[in-house]
Order: sequence, then C-alpha cells, then structure tokens
Amino acid sequence: MTLMSRRSLMAAGAAAVVFPVPSFALSASAAQELVTRLIADVNTVISSGKSEAGMVADFAKIFDRHADVPTIARYCLGADARAASASQMAAYTPAFSNYIATKYGRRFREFIGGEITVQGARPVKSWIEVETTVLLRGRSQLRMDWHVSDRSGKHAFFNFIIEGVNMLLTERAEVGAMLDRQRGDLDKLIAEMRAV
Amino acid sequence: MRYLISVHFHRQTVTMALYRFLNLPLVKVYYPMIKISAIVLLATVTLGACTTAPQGVSVHDPFEVQNRQTHAFNKSVSDKFSGAGGGAGDAIPTEVTDRVVDFADNVSLPGMVVNGLLQGDLNGAVTNATRFLINTTVGVLGLFDPADAVGVTEQETDFGETLAVWGVTEGAYLELPFLGPTTERALFGRVVDIFLDPLESVGTKAQIEYATVGKLAGRVIKVTQASDTIDSVLNDSADSYAQLRLIYLQNRRFELGTTMPEDAVDPYDDIFGDQ
Repeated sequence: MTLMSRRSLMAAGAAAVVFPVPSFALSASAAQELVTRLIADVNTVISSGKSEAGMVADFAKIFDRHADVPTIARYCLGADARAASASQMAAYTPAFSNYIATKYGRRFREFIGGEITVQGARPVKSWIEVETTVLLRGRSQLRMDWHVSDRSGKHAFFNFIIEGVNMLLTERAEVGAMLDRQRGDLDKLIAEMRAV
Repeated sequence: MRYLISVHFHRQTVTMALYRFLNLPLVKVYYPMIKISAIVLLATVTLGACTTAPQGVSVHDPFEVQNRQTHAFNKSVSDKFSGAGGGAGDAIPTEVTDRVVDFADNVSLPGMVVNGLLQGDLNGAVTNATRFLINTTVGVLGLFDPADAVGVTEQETDFGETLAVWGVTEGAYLELPFLGPTTERALFGRVVDIFLDPLESVGTKAQIEYATVGKLAGRVIKVTQASDTIDSVLNDSADSYAQLRLIYLQNRRFELGTTMPEDAVDPYDDIFGDQ
C-alpha cells in the first residue's frame, strides 16, 4: 500500500469503474500461448510411442502444469464441496487430478496419428476461449475449445469443450453419480478416484 | 404415457389423410411440389406435439423410466459386440470403409440441400449441392471425396435442424433400441427426412439403388470407429445413462447452434456450481 501513491490508487479505482472486468492481466495472446505450449506437450506425448500407463502419467503432469486443478476439482464436486473438510479437500483434489488425467489420457491416445492445431483466441465473458481443431485420420475434424483464466494467479485452463461437450458439466454429473454410488461418502470417492 | 399415445394417434391420422390425398391422379403429377408443402404442413401441425421443455432446465426427460430400460438393453447389445475382436471398422481395411462412408455421405447430400433451403441457409445448400456435383462426377458416384480436398466441406444438416430453425422446441429426450439417443424433434425429423429425400429425382441409378444399404453401412462403420469412446462412456461411467444423455444433448445442440447461454460455466463466479 505504501508503494502506491494516492493518485495511482485513485487512477486504479477509476479504471475499475470504467472497466469492471479486471482485464489488464488476462490476455488473449497469453492464453493462446498457454494452449500452444499445452498442445505441443500433448503432441509430444502422443508421438512418444509410450505405453498407455506411461502416457497417462505424462498427461497427469501436463494437466497439473497447465490447468487450474483445484477450481476444476471443486466445481465438479459441486455442493458437496461445501460440506467437505479442509483435509478431505486436500486429499480429494490430487485424487481428482489422477482420475481426470487417466480418463482423458486414455481418450487422447485416440489422437495418435492425428494433429491438434490452434486456430485463435477471443474473450468470452470473464475468460479467454482458445479454439483448436483436432484432425483425426479418416474422420471429420473436431472442434475443441479451451477456456483460460488467470483467476488462479496465473494463466491456466479451467475447462475444455469438445464438439460442444463441456468437460466441467459432464464431469460434474459423473462425479455426482460416483458419489451417489458411494452413498455420499466422500472418503470412499477419494479412494475410488486414486485407484482409477 | 397417455399423452404419448394421443400424440401418436394424432400423427397417424395426419399420415393416413396424407396418404389418401397423395393417391389422387392429379396430385401425382405435382407430387414433388406437393410433397414438400405437405411435409411443411405436417410439421406445422405437429409443432405442438413435442412436449415443451421447462425454462432453464437443460435436460428434459419425462420418459426416463422407459429410457433407462432401453439403455440397459442397448448396453447389453453393445457388450455382446464389443470385445469380440473389434467390429467392422477394424476387420475391413480403411480403403474400403472410407469408400462406403464417402458414398453414404454423398447420397445424403440432396436431402441436406433441401433442408438447407427450408432453413433459408442458401450458402449451406449451395455448398452441399456443389459437393454432390463434384463427388458424383469427379468422385466416381461419390465413392471418393475430392470436394473435401478443395475445401467444399459438408454442411451437415437434417430436418430436425430445419424444425429447430423454425422454432420447434427440442421436446423430450429419448433413447431408442439400437438407434440410441435422440429427441422428439430429431426423431420426427429423421422420419420426415425419408420422405423429403429428392435423391430419386437427382441421383444416378446406382446411387438410388444402393443409397439405403450404403447409408446403413456407413452408419455402422462410423459407430464402430467411435466404439472405443462409446465403450468407455458405457462401461466406465457410474451412471452411463445420464452421461450419454448429457453428451448427446450437448453435442446435438452444438451442431444445431442452439447451445444455451447457461451452459457456459464460470467456476470462479460460481465456485460450487449451485448458485
């Protein structure tokens, strides 16, 4: 606070009034760079020729590096996250990360021989949407959008949408069903997600 | 359930009346013109027949009990076919399956042109008509897809989309035996598409003869190619019925451009997703 003069504080306040969305940090180009790096990482894994387990482990690292995992994990748990204790959440988040990396890692393996390219980025609501296309051999191309935000403190993706299928909404339904199957026992859900 | 039966009866009456009407000698002369206007009329009459979806709810599934029974059946069928050394897509070389898929896609184009016109989508209709001309000639009766290589890509559409453009609501979600997920609107559209198809007037003899079996084979191949994804949804999910329903509806709405604004999720403003 002492570093900031009164005038700059006022200017910042005025800017906040004029631009209610804090857009000075989040940028389309930074978001696009993030997705470009992410895709380069994914393409490297896909062409590595590793075993499924090896690929899944690599995808888990990519997911942790480029995604806002705590936000995704909490959203997918939904209202049940309100009732969870801090230690349960601390155990749940990495378990969820393992679950997602395994599930989508297996799915990304189908991209072998295919190609993902970045088309462009544009602001949508309070985030940046980075559009990519997935070209699979012998199939029509798929559209895959990445939603990138800096609300976690750095640019990270918090959602992806493949041909309209929204990961957050779909996984939220699935995690809800998994929790129902465990009769609402979060600890059992955590154990199940770790074991995927 | 009673509602469903009454709707069914209503549609049958309209179809019967239409059938008698179409057998009048004079009508036969103007058949193509009358066919389109009759379908438009039928669709308009049936507008009210699709059960309306409540506002703000993205899944409308009043037939969930029956749908879940069908889902269990479909899953058992899928289990029998998967794991048996793969399906048609793996056993037959892609050089063959690609030709079947291209042929099937090509004979579907005239129907898509008609739907494009009914939607007022002139660009889409012209693109699909151009594709049909290129692929039927240069592409040897549609067995190859040279149009794609020169950037004339398929603008996929159907009568279900036409109904959506006309403002017909999606109706209830349905899961049909063998055919899988659909909606009332999409199902009705599929039936209309059979009658709407002008292939008989514009296609070659071979195309007309093999269209039905070609489309069916193309469909089987496409399903087989996606079977890994489908299997993982069906077998690895805690509630595969709900997952399939959600995936189908989101994808269908994406294709129709009717994705609802509330589907855009902001987990920072609504951290537990229950606001």
